[in-house]
Amino acid sequence: MLTTVTTFRKGLALTLGITMTALAVAACAGGGSSSGGDIPAAAGPNEHVELTLATFTEFGYEALIPEYERLHPNIKITHRKTGQGGPYAQDMMTKLAAGSGLADVQAVEEGHLSDILSKSSKFYDLTQVGPADASPDRWLSWKYEAGKDKNGKLIGYGTDIGPDAMCYRKDLLQQAGLPIDDASVKAMFATWDSYFAAGAQYSQKTGKAWFDSAAQNFNAMVNQLPVGYLDKDDKLTVESNQGIKDAWAKVTGAVGKGESAKLTAFSNEWNSGFRQSAFATKVCPAWMLGVVKEQAGPENAGKWAVTDAFPGGGGNWGGSYLTVPTQSKHPREAAALAAWLTAPEQQLKAFQAKGTFPSQVKALESPELLNQTDAYFGDAKIGELFVAQAKKVAKPQYKGPNDGQIQDNVTAPALQAVEQGKSPADGWQQLVDGAKKLAR
Amino acid sequence: MTTTVTREGTQAGVRRPAPRPGLRDRLSRWDVKASPYLYVAPFFIVFGIVGLFPLLYTAYVSLFHWDAGDDNPDFIGLDNFRELFADAQFWHSLENTVSIFLLSSVPQLIIAVLLAAMLSTRLRGATGWRVGILLPYAASLVALGIIFANLFGPRYGLVNGLLQTIGLSPVDWQANRFASHVAIAIMVNWRWTGYNALIVLAAMQAIPKELHEAALIDGAGTVRRFRHVTLPLLKPTLIFVTITSTIGGLQIFTEPKLFDAMPGSNNGGSTHQFQTVTLYLYQTAFENFDLGYASAIAWVLFLIIVVIAGLNYLLTGRIARTSKRRGA
Repeated sequence: MLTTVTTFRKGLALTLGITMTALAVAACAGGGSSSGGDIPAAAGPNEHVELTLATFTEFGYEALIPEYERLHPNIKITHRKTGQGGPYAQDMMTKLAAGSGLADVQAVEEGHLSDILSKSSKFYDLTQVGPADASPDRWLSWKYEAGKDKNGKLIGYGTDIGPDAMCYRKDLLQQAGLPIDDASVKAMFATWDSYFAAGAQYSQKTGKAWFDSAAQNFNAMVNQLPVGYLDKDDKLTVESNQGIKDAWAKVTGAVGKGESAKLTAFSNEWNSGFRQSAFATKVCPAWMLGVVKEQAGPENAGKWAVTDAFPGGGGNWGGSYLTVPTQSKHPREAAALAAWLTAPEQQLKAFQAKGTFPSQVKALESPELLNQTDAYFGDAKIGELFVAQAKKVAKPQYKGPNDGQIQDNVTAPALQAVEQGKSPADGWQQLVDGAKKLAR
Repeated sequence: MTTTVTREGTQAGVRRPAPRPGLRDRLSRWDVKASPYLYVAPFFIVFGIVGLFPLLYTAYVSLFHWDAGDDNPDFIGLDNFRELFADAQFWHSLENTVSIFLLSSVPQLIIAVLLAAMLSTRLRGATGWRVGILLPYAASLVALGIIFANLFGPRYGLVNGLLQTIGLSPVDWQANRFASHVAIAIMVNWRWTGYNALIVLAAMQAIPKELHEAALIDGAGTVRRFRHVTLPLLKPTLIFVTITSTIGGLQIFTEPKLFDAMPGSNNGGSTHQFQTVTLYLYQTAFENFDLGYASAIAWVLFLIIVVIAGLNYLLTGRIARTSKRRGA
């Protein structure tokens, strides 16, 4: 009996050993095929390929994935969804640093794009591994160009965008004696100067705040500048950049006049601020309409309005890209999936599912998008409005490494400190010191 | 009788022509020598992998300018440490840590002892009360953090609402450095006071009744008995509780992280007014990806904890010696 068991165990071990060796050999063979060039060859049409797709919050891809699998029976997709963008980005950066664990198709938010672009060697050039139909003219040119690194290597296909508009409370403006007819509002919101001047008037009359948070306006202003926090040589511009200095002076000046509700964006108090009517205007990228609706609640329906007059022209806040990290073993299949998902037809479906505003020229021409209205905002033609705003965006500003970090962890706290009582000069020093420390 | 048999046995063994011990013999001797080490090995192997190796590797990394994902980090010697000692933000975060630690540990231990004293009196449903004070400890730390951050909201928070109802002016729990430390300390105390009270209670109940009775006969009142009988006998337990809360207090992380109004932020407020050392360490490593500098912070924090633990050890030794002398 004992011998039988031993023999059986030995047999099992032997079988296992052989299997492992076979697997290892197979793995080597798989790897070997790619050693010919930098890019692994495409799998055959009948070869079974498993792809992973990593996204955060809502991309609206749930129904699209089974459709792609139906069209490509040899491909099996695993969709990894993360709830929040922040932890997702951190997880992604850690896996990028560790050299393993990333998905074949990895979504990247615009705010974290600068961190990825400075590590572009860890991503495939999509013009090389991607299909021919994913050509530059598919996207708005600023969206397409922003997906390239300094040397012109394309690492991301654009998914959605967040063209900026302005949201305002008609009832509050009226109570303060400000005009609420379309033409007057447009004139009032034409430039940052006129916007803050109107705010000073509003705050003086009502004793209430004009906008939610200084950082929300400042970020939009800096994004409109030709050069941001870092120039193309990745040198910190903060101290020499007159545009940033001017924006700082304007925003902190407005804070000094009581125009800011001093609510940190996306905090619980900010959420409450919507219901408490703590502010009368709000920088409103396309996706912010949903946030306003949810936080202001049904009791404020019809009071909010949205206008296409955004101070200083157009702007963009948010939106994402799909990338293919070099960690992927099937870059061609991954790029094909990313290209298909970011095609106009699919992005329109994603828009219908989750409201992600498409960045593709054809999608922006579609009647179903253009005719969209929103009852909450007084039946505003929001489709047409945001399409117009998307076309106003100038060429993308170069974002150097740590750009997003400077915005979130240096500028926003410095402005918050000014809102909490620090002098604008000390706040500026905090910004300069913080940015220098990050850029070193 | 037994010895004879054994001796005969050995003699029989010696008589055998084999001059060296057999394989079985050698194995069993080796077994006796090596087994104890093998039995304790798992702990040391696991400790080596997850404790010692990271510790030493952190020291190694701290000598480099090492960005996460950097293939060729630059060796810079002790530059990270030099920079750290000149880094105002580091000292600032250390001050915050010590301040929050003092604001939490001191009241916490005092309240814990008083709670334990109350719980050791005859209460109806004693078990219920004892379980009750442990409940905050069982609740999820993250849930507590979110709830407390809401309670201490500067504009619409419940605490400020109450302050205003009774005619006081509201406090900006986020912006004011001291107020933010108080708010975070309250969060820590809420969670840990009951836990410490139970430990103290256990020690209190181990005090022999005879001592109390003797003091009672000598005419000592409740307060006097508490001060001169209960407290001195609680000393070893109090030291234990102090050391554990010191270690916990110097590593405080979750509460300040969740307290920040900016969701997910590691800044510890707009001017780092409540950023603790561990929060700064975390931000440096996993937000700025500056692993070399973060390792240097980790090592300095480690040394600070070692020094404070050493002080505690000396303190314990001194107290133990004095009580022994008193006993003799």
